[in-house]
Amino acid sequence: MIALEGVSKRYGGQTVVDDVSLALGGEGVTALIGPNGAGKSTLFGLVGRLVRPDAGRVTVDGLDVATTPSQELARRVAVLRQDNHVAARLTVQDLVEFGRFPHSRGRLTVDDRDHVERAVAHLGLEGYRDRFLDELSGGQRQRASIAMVLAQDTRYVLLDEPLNNLDLRHMGETMRLVREMADVLGKRVVTVLHDVNSAAAYADRIVAMRDGRVVADAPARDVMRPEVLADVYDTTVDVREIDGRPVALYYG
Amino acid sequence: MLTEPAPVAVRPRPRLRASVRRAGSAVRLAALGGLVLALVAAYLFTDVPGSLAYALEKRGLTVAATVVVAAAVGVSTVVFHTITGNRVLTPSIMGFDAFYLLVSTAVVFAAGSAAFLAADPLVLWAVQVAVMVGFSVVLSTWLFGGKRRSIHLMLLVGIVLGTFFRSFSEWMQRMLDPLDFQVLSDAFFASLTRPDETLLVLTAALVAVGCAVVVPLLRTLDVLTLGEPVAVGLGVDHRRVVLTLFAVVSVMVAASTALVGPVLFLGLIVANLAYAWAGSFRHAWTVPTAVLLGVVCLLGGQLVLERVLGFGGTLSTVVDFAGGLFFLYLVLRKGAR
Repeated sequence: MIALEGVSKRYGGQTVVDDVSLALGGEGVTALIGPNGAGKSTLFGLVGRLVRPDAGRVTVDGLDVATTPSQELARRVAVLRQDNHVAARLTVQDLVEFGRFPHSRGRLTVDDRDHVERAVAHLGLEGYRDRFLDELSGGQRQRASIAMVLAQDTRYVLLDEPLNNLDLRHMGETMRLVREMADVLGKRVVTVLHDVNSAAAYADRIVAMRDGRVVADAPARDVMRPEVLADVYDTTVDVREIDGRPVALYYG
Repeated sequence: MLTEPAPVAVRPRPRLRASVRRAGSAVRLAALGGLVLALVAAYLFTDVPGSLAYALEKRGLTVAATVVVAAAVGVSTVVFHTITGNRVLTPSIMGFDAFYLLVSTAVVFAAGSAAFLAADPLVLWAVQVAVMVGFSVVLSTWLFGGKRRSIHLMLLVGIVLGTFFRSFSEWMQRMLDPLDFQVLSDAFFASLTRPDETLLVLTAALVAVGCAVVVPLLRTLDVLTLGEPVAVGLGVDHRRVVLTLFAVVSVMVAASTALVGPVLFLGLIVANLAYAWAGSFRHAWTVPTAVLLGVVCLLGGQLVLERVLGFGGTLSTVVDFAGGLFFLYLVLRKGAR
């Protein structure tokens, strides 16, 4: 379990995460939703050791994030990030191999290579392994990053806005991959999503944040209600049932 | 697309293209090594006036100084590029050579050029190194070790302070006696000939210690190229590693600057040539390539200066001229992309 106990983070005078207590990383997929500036990414940063809390404690499987060696945590939690610009020219294979760094510090063993091969195969990247990242399309680069996260072989996977800059087809593809990570590989996935409908369609549980606080935390269907969403996003949202699925309509 | 992983789905097999690339990097590095040896031989054994033993002794020192400076500049610049995620910077942006100028100027300003020339070079060197290292350690722990942890803020403060030191030195230089100024400006041109032996040994020792710290971190440096968020996600203790590397960079740069004068611009050339030449982003290749290229540039430049153009000591002119052109090329190429 990833547990946050009374965690707060302030930037200047502004409280971005306000006394949040939350357990993440149950089975399946958990979606973290909320308006811009709600504190979702900061929350991820707190779990991923990029942001230090001003108050409270974050633990992963009982290990305090503040005091546990980074390498130990990197074997338990993998984080997929967006828009990460790399100055050097790397191939897909190089990137995926980096996923094994927490396990072997860069000296790949037979076991590491096995993990890399499987991750590459899972994502269907066999034909691309020697291509440079800057020669790939956004969707392909995304798949290479996901392969790296899989090669890291962690129990928990955090995805920070994995649908950013993807077209319809790649959005669907990515969310199906996320679903399969949880169902087939047994990973506990937590993902920040901006699209409420993607969250409703693919997540088991939705945690909604607003102004640095958790305002809803329930099975996806229970969060997909007009009054809940209106409260979270501070705008009117209509929710209709289409083929048995709740769909939010927010096109004023 | 995802399927249940078969227990032994794919046997790890050697990947041809990657191993070819790796072999390519090794061959390229070896070729560079050969060129370095040839240059060293050419420098030591050609055009000997009189006693070979005497020439070898004198030139051997210059070669040693060249290797030490190339190692310091090559390693520190590549490391600096990786930790700042920017390939058009040199550690001089942190105000290293500005500090060197300031300390030298201050000594001449306060005590006169006679005292500057008479001063024990060892003391002068030690003071220079201590002041430069102290400055960068204070800067990096204050701005990076503390709560803010911003490399960019640190660089910005470095630039501002560097400019301040430079202007302050210039202000002092304006008020100097012309003769004092002459002595001082001589010290500001990098010179590899006639290095002080004790200082050379001390500098070599510091640079060797720096290399000994960097070598075990080469693979970690590879991960740092992915940027701080990803590196942290992969279990790199980013703050500790970066502070360690900053310390190494500042010690190496300070020691070599205090030995021969400001040559950091060279780092920009050799590091970027190394990225192109090494054919790999891995620091196990780029770092030694940058060092060897440094020897090629310095010794090659020295050969041209001494034997072809018939000048004595000052290499800075060539380094700055060629470096400036190369820098423009880098910037323009970046813009064109």
